[in-house]
Amino acid sequence: MKLWLEKQRYLIDYTLASLARRKARNLGLLLVYTLLVFMLASVTLYTHALRQEAARVLASSPEVIVQRMVAGRHDLIPPGYMEKIGRIRGVQKMEGRLWGYYYDTVTRANYTFMVPAVSVPANNEIIVGPALERSRGLARNNGVTFRSYSGKLHSFVIAEVLPQASELVSADLVLMSEENFRAFFDYPVGHYTDIALSVANPQEVRNVALKLAAALPDARPILRDEVLRTYASIFDWREGIVLALLSAAILAFGILAWEKASGLSAEEKREIGILKAIGWETGDVIKMKFWEGLLVSLTAFLVGFVAAYVHVFHFAAALFEPVLKGWAVLYPRFQLSPHIDGVQVATLFFFTVVPYAAAVLVPIWKAAITDPDTVMRG
Amino acid sequence: MIKLQGIRKAFNQGRDNEYWALNGIDLHVEANKVTALRGPSGSGKTTLLTIVGCLARPTVGRVSLMGEDISGLPERFLTEIRRRRFGFIFQQFNLIKGLSALDNIILPGYPTGRPRHELLARADELLAGLKLGHRREAKVEWLSGGEQQRVAICRALINDPELLIADEPTANLDSHLAREFMAILRDLAAQGRTILLTSHDPLVVDSAVVHRVVDMRDGKLQGGR
Amino acid sequence: MIFQPAIIALLLASALCVLGLAASAPFAFEVMRRWDIRSGSERQLQLERRTYLFSTLLTLVLGLQLAAVLLFVFNAEKMSGMFVGAMCAVGTLNVNAFGFPALNAKIAVFFLAAMWLAINHVDSRAHDYPLVRIKYGLLLLMAPLLAASAWIELQYFLGLKADVITSCCGSLFSEGSPTLAAEASAMAPLPAMWLFYGSLGAAIALAAWHGLGGGRSRVAGYALATASATAFVATIAGILSFVSLYIYEHPHHHCPFCILKPEYGYQGYWLYVPLFFATAAGLAAGAVQPFARIASLREIVPGFSRRLAAIAASGFALTAGIATLMIWQSRLMLLAQA
Repeated sequence: MKLWLEKQRYLIDYTLASLARRKARNLGLLLVYTLLVFMLASVTLYTHALRQEAARVLASSPEVIVQRMVAGRHDLIPPGYMEKIGRIRGVQKMEGRLWGYYYDTVTRANYTFMVPAVSVPANNEIIVGPALERSRGLARNNGVTFRSYSGKLHSFVIAEVLPQASELVSADLVLMSEENFRAFFDYPVGHYTDIALSVANPQEVRNVALKLAAALPDARPILRDEVLRTYASIFDWREGIVLALLSAAILAFGILAWEKASGLSAEEKREIGILKAIGWETGDVIKMKFWEGLLVSLTAFLVGFVAAYVHVFHFAAALFEPVLKGWAVLYPRFQLSPHIDGVQVATLFFFTVVPYAAAVLVPIWKAAITDPDTVMRG
Repeated sequence: MIKLQGIRKAFNQGRDNEYWALNGIDLHVEANKVTALRGPSGSGKTTLLTIVGCLARPTVGRVSLMGEDISGLPERFLTEIRRRRFGFIFQQFNLIKGLSALDNIILPGYPTGRPRHELLARADELLAGLKLGHRREAKVEWLSGGEQQRVAICRALINDPELLIADEPTANLDSHLAREFMAILRDLAAQGRTILLTSHDPLVVDSAVVHRVVDMRDGKLQGGR
Repeated sequence: MIFQPAIIALLLASALCVLGLAASAPFAFEVMRRWDIRSGSERQLQLERRTYLFSTLLTLVLGLQLAAVLLFVFNAEKMSGMFVGAMCAVGTLNVNAFGFPALNAKIAVFFLAAMWLAINHVDSRAHDYPLVRIKYGLLLLMAPLLAASAWIELQYFLGLKADVITSCCGSLFSEGSPTLAAEASAMAPLPAMWLFYGSLGAAIALAAWHGLGGGRSRVAGYALATASATAFVATIAGILSFVSLYIYEHPHHHCPFCILKPEYGYQGYWLYVPLFFATAAGLAAGAVQPFARIASLREIVPGFSRRLAAIAASGFALTAGIATLMIWQSRLMLLAQA
């Protein structure tokens, strides 16, 4: 065992010295390798962070949301509708929600106007999200005026700006009181946008939804788990598509690795011949080359991954944002919360190191079986 | 020490350019003696050397080392024998550029897994013996021809082999250095090592250090002295 | 099929393994027909050199299989959120009939590759390579198994559709369910404990017997292999039946995968890694025994087998010790009344 360890140490020593002697040659491959890891890692880190973000947003949302459908379209909840639901067992809390979209002609962006369930702002005061703060250059206690769809002007005072923590959802929010909301949109009294239900026992959610659908045929219950699942699938699918597109890059990299590994320089061939002549075994040469591959892979993996981490979490994935995020253009900047996941790293490893290992296997073997007597035949 | 019986060696077997480099060699390399193979280029001396040195296997024939038949051994075991029992000094020295003299010398010790301090101590001892201690850290490409050959000799001796194989050892040396090499060879022979070399340099084959000269031509032995 | 990176990666790895073995098949035939160790011909030399490529390839396949088993379970765990009713890997694997077979096939291929490499190891130490033909014959037998494993995996992934209601570990492992895994957990803790410690003890004892005898007793070698396989199954059953309960500190949560989760401090790895290595070593010790009488292997097989026995013994002992430690540290009292 000790002998074995010592031997591996020698092989690593040798391969390190050998790599150092051929810096220029190895640097090219290392660069491409690192770039590949960087691209793939950026994609996975980014989508995973988005998934986390979505999960975090939904964690605080109600288990079930009920919308009313008219002719297959989302319609307002009429008065008296909620009373019909009240009798379902397992429902802990139920409340009508008021929210809507407003297109601001000044910044040419959509805002979400909403009446929060708790900590409702006082009349004529609003709480805004960070995107609004930036795009309109607003701060606390500033006044702001919106022209409603009916043409009337409404003025508000900004009471507070929401924190940046989860900007993905809060960016475009404008929170206001119920009275203001109904006045601004001319919302009919007693009507609501949708209904939020809290269900304490997660096992009951499905039953509640089934009962709702039976009691109110025109209702569409939306389960939080389903939304979460759908988000997860969509992100997975997007990530998969991007990786599939990048598979061309992986293939190209494999070919490059193959080519680099089989196109040994005359000098390198001579060295392997010498090693074999002075008593290195074919297996020793293969192991030496294996360590070389491992060192190159680890370096590329580490550097590429760290670079991707910086790219995604400090530069907001500037290179991939348009492809992967793609829902609204409103969020000009948002910081994702850093998160690394074991499965993702393992998957990334399969996508980069395994193709490399497969590509260099045969060339390494070919180099290792050099005739030991070549050096004598000059 | 080494007995060769009916050795034949073919290259490009079964193809149009098939060529038999050795054509029935019977030879006994005696222990603790210096044997030289002499012959024009293309006579098969180097090929014979590769077979004796376990670098290659004969196509036909038997090789036995200290009574043990090794001609049918797979490469893996030939390598083991080569590593343990043979030291090689090549015509072109064949040192690895970019590595220091010391690193070159301990290379054959790597596959054995011997602890590094042991290898280094042995290498220093060998370098000192050949008056090269001051050049131990020098990269081999900065060394003179004579120094390079002495480094190569040290490398051949690092695993303490019983047999030394030298292919045209003086071909790249001037007469002064060649004489120096013969002096080293005499010392090595005096230590009881068996030495087999090829040469057509009179300075070598006519030297008193060499106990036996075997002449070769067209892949066959032709007597000698 | 769910288009997902980890799934693509797993399929890619399987495809690579199958392609690698398929590419080596013609060579295997050539070896079986043309191999002649006495010949000094260039063709024989080429054949010999090819063997290096294939042992390297098989080592790669073995490593990939091990990594793939881990990624497979990991990913099943992660995907559990996508299926209604699935709360952990068990639920995901139960989405269709190919889930558990795919996992089992992967594990089987891993053990087979380990046994092949053991045979390869002793063979390449013997001066006349006595097992070359057998080895490559076995490789040819293994290729279809590997392909089958890849096919099952593909079927599993193709059959995955998010939103299928599946039985998660909560219901699957509840008493009375007729599946195999349920039977293991339905076993009362006490007999399961006897089986767990009994089989591990037997495997350790046999490994010690084999090892202390210098690896010379062939009977002990075969017995060790059998005991290793039994211990593997019994340990998994034991983990299902009681070890997991102690880890979760919950009397009804029988699940072999949740212990791999970060919530439980990745404790599962401490159990599974020694178990897999020990089982592989024990099986390998059995795999080399049929060749112990071949002249050139007479000195090689016992030494190697002894080392394998040592690995098996320490691996099984580690598994048992760690499980005991986990039980001892748990606040759950399963056998209070017993």
